[in-house]
Amino acid sequence: MRVFARTPLDISQITIARGQVYLIPERCKGCEVCVHFCPQDVLSISDERNAKGYRIPMVKDGNAGLCVHCGFCTLVCPEFAIFTLPINGDQDG
Amino acid sequence: MDDRRLLTGMHFMNGDEACAEGALAAGCSFFGGYPITPSTEIAEHLARRLPEIGGVFIQMEDELASMAAILGASAAGARAMTATSGPGFSLMLENLGLAVMQELPCVIVDVQRGSPSTGLPTMPGQSDVMQARWGSHGDYEIVAYSPWSVQEMFDLTILAFNTADRYRTPVVMLCDEVVGHMIERLVIPPHEQVEIWNRKKPKVQGNGSFDPFRAQDPDLVPPMAHAGEGYRVHFTGLTHDEHGYPEMSAETHHALVTRLVNKIKVNADQIIRTEDYWLEGAEIVVVAYGCSARSAQRAVREAREMGIPAGLLRLISLWPFPERLFEELSEKVGTIIVAEMNLGQISREVQRVTRRPVTGVFHAGGEMIPPEPILNAIREAAT
Amino acid sequence: MIGIEIAQEHPLDKIIRADRMPHIWCPGCGIGIVMRCYAQAILDSGVPIDQHVVVSGIGCSGRVAGYMNIDSYHTTHGRAIPFAVGMKLVKPELMTTVFSGDGDLTAIGGNHLIHAARRNVDVNVICVNNFNYGMTGGQVGPTTPRGARGTTAPYGNPELPFNLPYLLAASGANFVARWTTLHVRQIRDDILYAFTRPGFTFIEVLAPCPVGFGKSNKIEDGLEEMELYRQRCKLVQDGDVRKDDLSIDLREDKPIYIGRFADQDRPPYQPVKVEVR
Repeated sequence: MRVFARTPLDISQITIARGQVYLIPERCKGCEVCVHFCPQDVLSISDERNAKGYRIPMVKDGNAGLCVHCGFCTLVCPEFAIFTLPINGDQDG
Repeated sequence: MDDRRLLTGMHFMNGDEACAEGALAAGCSFFGGYPITPSTEIAEHLARRLPEIGGVFIQMEDELASMAAILGASAAGARAMTATSGPGFSLMLENLGLAVMQELPCVIVDVQRGSPSTGLPTMPGQSDVMQARWGSHGDYEIVAYSPWSVQEMFDLTILAFNTADRYRTPVVMLCDEVVGHMIERLVIPPHEQVEIWNRKKPKVQGNGSFDPFRAQDPDLVPPMAHAGEGYRVHFTGLTHDEHGYPEMSAETHHALVTRLVNKIKVNADQIIRTEDYWLEGAEIVVVAYGCSARSAQRAVREAREMGIPAGLLRLISLWPFPERLFEELSEKVGTIIVAEMNLGQISREVQRVTRRPVTGVFHAGGEMIPPEPILNAIREAAT
Repeated sequence: MIGIEIAQEHPLDKIIRADRMPHIWCPGCGIGIVMRCYAQAILDSGVPIDQHVVVSGIGCSGRVAGYMNIDSYHTTHGRAIPFAVGMKLVKPELMTTVFSGDGDLTAIGGNHLIHAARRNVDVNVICVNNFNYGMTGGQVGPTTPRGARGTTAPYGNPELPFNLPYLLAASGANFVARWTTLHVRQIRDDILYAFTRPGFTFIEVLAPCPVGFGKSNKIEDGLEEMELYRQRCKLVQDGDVRKDDLSIDLREDKPIYIGRFADQDRPPYQPVKVEVR
């Protein structure tokens, strides 16, 4: 739950987008660009390896709620492996 | 057909222009070329005529671009042509291989001049014959025609487009400067007498399952899908499978290259064109093509008048080489003389197929072989 | 709260040849990123997919043609642009894009590049610039920065590189932009813009090549090169940059200028048509 110094008047109308991260593990080549550039620090590299031996990303413990479906990992993944889809907006407060 | 495309009637024009008119009659709608003597008149003529009939003329920055442009045009569905001479043809060879590999129909007119290198730009030669056959890297078969008159510059260009489209192959018009620059009578027929053979089209609608390189018919020619028709094809110069995807294995490569080569070989009988004069009972046969055949015809006629049993076999198509014809001929005649404006190119093929020595009347190029040396060779063979 | 979910297919699978995934490019390679932006731009363009055509040359970037599920033509080295020109002039309704690499487009293909720009043919070019010939193992090319190492320049590249935005703007292209693989939204937006722009458009995208370029030049992986872009890139606001500043020299701490460098309205090439009475 977010903490505000002063609560905005239209807080009930503001929805912050939330995203669900998806991965096609077999396509990933462990380049870590998604992990490094996620603005919300949602991802990290796991110890799990796909069939080709690359370490695939995972959502950091407890950080799943931080994904705001900004789309950066979706756009920047060279392998068409990771992407986010929006989940229902979660009202804050 | 547009009236302005087909100038039905009697004309008096030069060979290069006749070739250009032949292209238009055949439905050519794209010319991408670069000026080079002695073929420039083809480009100039089409620069004037193509805009009149809604076709595209573009002078590209070099011959490399010209060849690439006609392949792109062909892939989009157009009948496309370029025209050049020896030095330009050398530049086009890499993409000739692409045309073979991607099975893109196109016509390349090579108005041969004195070669090698810059050679004799304004004087004839016939020395690109082997280059047309073997110039590009790898194994492939090519179709090449050799016109000997202004009328043939017209007629064979139409045939070249038809052959290219029917067999999805590049076709080379091996002309020479004499025939390109001579001015003779040309008869352009009416519309209903011009035969056009269209490309084989896919029978299925575009739905992703069409294999652009699967040849199911005995002629080994796959149907052709053009860009923008919804087939979402992939064409690559890499060795590919029937779907067009790169598939780099020795097995696929052998199968693909063999099919591409056999595609011409199995259809050779339909492609080969020859003409003979006084071959009945001939014991000495002169083999010639292009402008050299005109001199050879005179020499053979004079020989006959002297009572020598000579005949003339004129090759209209140079490639694929008419092997069976020569095997049969070899059984019947005593001497074969090959008269060509190079130091022995078709003569090598004749020697290869007949497995016997061949008398050559050769000249490296620069001027038409006159009838005299050919007649002398006939007379010497007759003694 | 759940973690990452495993998926079987990607939202873009209908526009890429998903049956050929994973593609051949190395981990950290930037080509896939540019292809992804191009694929997205196709979907967002409003032009039917069947009207889009991609023509590529030889090299790693040239392999994009094989992975796009549209009419695609993988042609000979350096000759993608004239092939595309022939295709476009015969079927002007095709949205023709040339997608190739720095070596293919500016070395062997250099002549065709400048002439197509000069003519202002309505073709879009996307040039992935990874500063070397990647497919063949990392040789230097016309865009390799001075002093960088390559397999054919083991003592450091003695040559000065092309300044592509300057070259293309001078040749007459209607639209010239340069981005890096970090600037994914801008790449997609500019490809979309290029689609709408009549005339010749050229978008250069700087991309990491960890195996071909990075390895010889102390850039450890694609990520490190992207981070280098993040630190050094400077957006050009109005396209007016001194041409000397446009060249890239990775040794010095020079800014790498990115952005739009030309956006003009020279008339696009039209084949001549005449009325005959």
